[in-house]
Amino acid sequence: MSETQIIIAGAAGEGSKKAGLLIAKLFNAYGFRVFIHEDYESVIKGGHNFSQISVSKKESDAIKEKIDFLLALNKEAISKHKEKLKKGGVLMYDSDVIKNNFSEEEKVEIAGIPLGKIVEKAEGIPIMKNTGLVAAFSRAVGMEWKKVREVLEKELPIATEKNLKVAEIAFRSFRRIKEIKETGEEPAPLLSGNQAAALGAINAGLENYFAYPMTPSTGILQFLSQIEGVRTFQPENEIATVNMALGSAYAGKRTMVGTSGGGFALMTEGVSFSAQSEIPLVISLSQRAGPATGVPTYQGQGDLLFALNAGHGDMTRFVVAPGDVNETYYFSGKALNMAWKYQLPAIVLLDKELSENTYSFDKSFRKEKEEAIQGEMNGGYNRYDREDISPLAFPGGGAVVKATGYEHDKKGVATEDAEAVKKMQEKRMRKYEKLKEEVEDMESVNVQGEGPMAVVFWGSTKGVALRAVKDLDVRLVQPIILQPFPEKKMKKALSGVKKIIVAETNATGQLSRVLKEYGIKVSERILKYDGRPFSVEELRKRIKANI
Amino acid sequence: MNNLILPTKNTWCPGCGNFGIQRALGEAINKTDKNRTVLVTGIGCHGKMADYLNINSVYALHGRAIPVAEGVKMGNGDLQVVCCVGDGDTYNEGISHLLHAAKRNSDITVLVHDNRVFALTVNQPTLTSPKGFVSTTTPKGKKEEALNPLEVMLSVGATFVARSFAGKPEHLERIILEGMRHPGFSFIEILQPCVAWYSTMEIYNERAYEMEKEFLPLAEAKEKAQEWDYNNGERIPLGIFYKKEKEGFDKQLEKSFFVDTEKILEKSK
Repeated sequence: MSETQIIIAGAAGEGSKKAGLLIAKLFNAYGFRVFIHEDYESVIKGGHNFSQISVSKKESDAIKEKIDFLLALNKEAISKHKEKLKKGGVLMYDSDVIKNNFSEEEKVEIAGIPLGKIVEKAEGIPIMKNTGLVAAFSRAVGMEWKKVREVLEKELPIATEKNLKVAEIAFRSFRRIKEIKETGEEPAPLLSGNQAAALGAINAGLENYFAYPMTPSTGILQFLSQIEGVRTFQPENEIATVNMALGSAYAGKRTMVGTSGGGFALMTEGVSFSAQSEIPLVISLSQRAGPATGVPTYQGQGDLLFALNAGHGDMTRFVVAPGDVNETYYFSGKALNMAWKYQLPAIVLLDKELSENTYSFDKSFRKEKEEAIQGEMNGGYNRYDREDISPLAFPGGGAVVKATGYEHDKKGVATEDAEAVKKMQEKRMRKYEKLKEEVEDMESVNVQGEGPMAVVFWGSTKGVALRAVKDLDVRLVQPIILQPFPEKKMKKALSGVKKIIVAETNATGQLSRVLKEYGIKVSERILKYDGRPFSVEELRKRIKANI
Repeated sequence: MNNLILPTKNTWCPGCGNFGIQRALGEAINKTDKNRTVLVTGIGCHGKMADYLNINSVYALHGRAIPVAEGVKMGNGDLQVVCCVGDGDTYNEGISHLLHAAKRNSDITVLVHDNRVFALTVNQPTLTSPKGFVSTTTPKGKKEEALNPLEVMLSVGATFVARSFAGKPEHLERIILEGMRHPGFSFIEILQPCVAWYSTMEIYNERAYEMEKEFLPLAEAKEKAQEWDYNNGERIPLGIFYKKEKEGFDKQLEKSFFVDTEKILEKSK
């Protein structure tokens, strides 16, 4: 079996998301690399949800417009996605709820499965229909029952026996359409961007995580709440959340918060406080289509300029925008390390696609904890004593530790003296200059290819961009760290380029505006702002139109 | 107490109620563990306490001292966390934090320096200024009635609710100490005359009295809190209105310890 695109769709509450994950896990067990794109509406029951699973032998973190399989849990699933099926594609549906009235000319294979009856026979409950559909599908692609059973047993912890019975009946009642062989690769951990952000932070020493629920960042709080060893808490609002994180970090605990644009707007006074007080703060900011409430469960990259400028007053921050789970794992840890080393706010900029889609994770991207500079815990301690980075000390250890949002002297007492105000502002700027140097040494910009035309992108567009330029003479450039901006690295990456195109999922071309600030001239902008990610075909077509 | 005073220039007005509060708080801290104590302040005249006392402190943003203090406690449960907040600071800007901290019984001691006016911004009304209060922004008098903060705190389930007066530092010191020793959320409303904009010293001296009972059952406490509701009432009761033992909130949260991410990755295959 070669590269395959599968859509499983149904109403919210019918379990299409879980079924999509099951399909991905089945292919993972055969050593394939998988990617799941989640599309769901902001409703609890009803509406229309689907998961699109991309399966291939190499990483393929992108979806295509044309699909090989459509698995329909209800009628709407067929009408919404049937046109996407390739010639020779397979439509599998629940024949107990959908009547077969497809025309003879359809160039796809159509297979009804009596899911209702199968569930009845196994004495199961209606939600188990999705297990039946997945099992029939696994048979269709040529999987072995033994292997399918192994995966399902692990993944269906509730009512396992009945669920397995549904699966077995469905599996045995269906036929083999394709052949599949194990790739020889080990199964990979499957992670969403949110999970990768959480785990990367843990590896860098995360102890406390506070968040107020907001799509698409909520997954981090949910995931961490289930991990013993990380203290999680959901405060009354985002303002409390960020301030609690500042208190917790002041007391010496590595702390992170997570939110989306609206919640981040409420947190910005805390971002400013972190800069002034030099209390480390890490915010995982997962963007969605905006402005305001916007389109809560859909894609957007509209908060780049907001993140780069967040916080009142003249201040700096560390901003990183990873492009897949590997980079998210690595840079979420890096952000925590940088926030503690340089004692400033760090923002991990995710987006809906990255946060909630599932990817195959490559374990070589781990990031370990780097220790912050610690101060002597004795009586002579002054919190803001140095010309740049002052050693950290924590209350209770013997030193008097003062933190403040006022401009202050070296002890941490408010001052309005002109000379002292200037001196302290320069201290923070010197600290930032050091960070700038370190960023130039990091893998802050990804480059692929050497073509005279460059496509620049950021965040979750990475997976699509890598596929879209296949066989084109195009150079791909992805800035990952966006503040301090890796100017030297970026200009080196673009040297010799005649034309620069920037692709991003927003309407105002925010990355283009950042590049302009550094004298990088952008010729064309490929923008998408319908709440959906680029598909490989669409991005390829729009890039080719510029060649 | 003098051991705690930093050699910083003090800019409180001569005769300010904050001096009495500073003395009482300093004495109370000296009777506990200074090294383990963290003071978190908001913004307003009260906030300068962070600059005047030589102890661990976070001089937080306006209205946000309480969530910062809760975060400190969640960061290190061994610390004794005291908040100095103002009436404009916490009743106006940050009231949601006050309600939630009281409700969840966060183990912090909150001292509200209630001078019933925005003083540092030069005379505007707060939530506890009485109706008719004439200020720079209400030249014809404040239209809203004042809030009775004790009533609110008793309603949301605060486990330690007290009121004292900056003009009675000994009484205040005793109440602060009791509050610090209380295992959960301690709310201490402090009547603080403002010599510049709302000179209430005489009124409080005349009307305030110390309650006889050490503390009251909840229903009685609620009734007692009505005796003077910040708008009307002849006599002003001081003391601990209500007290109930309940485990501090941070104790209920999971502990943080080493997490093996390799195991989690293995499980996610």
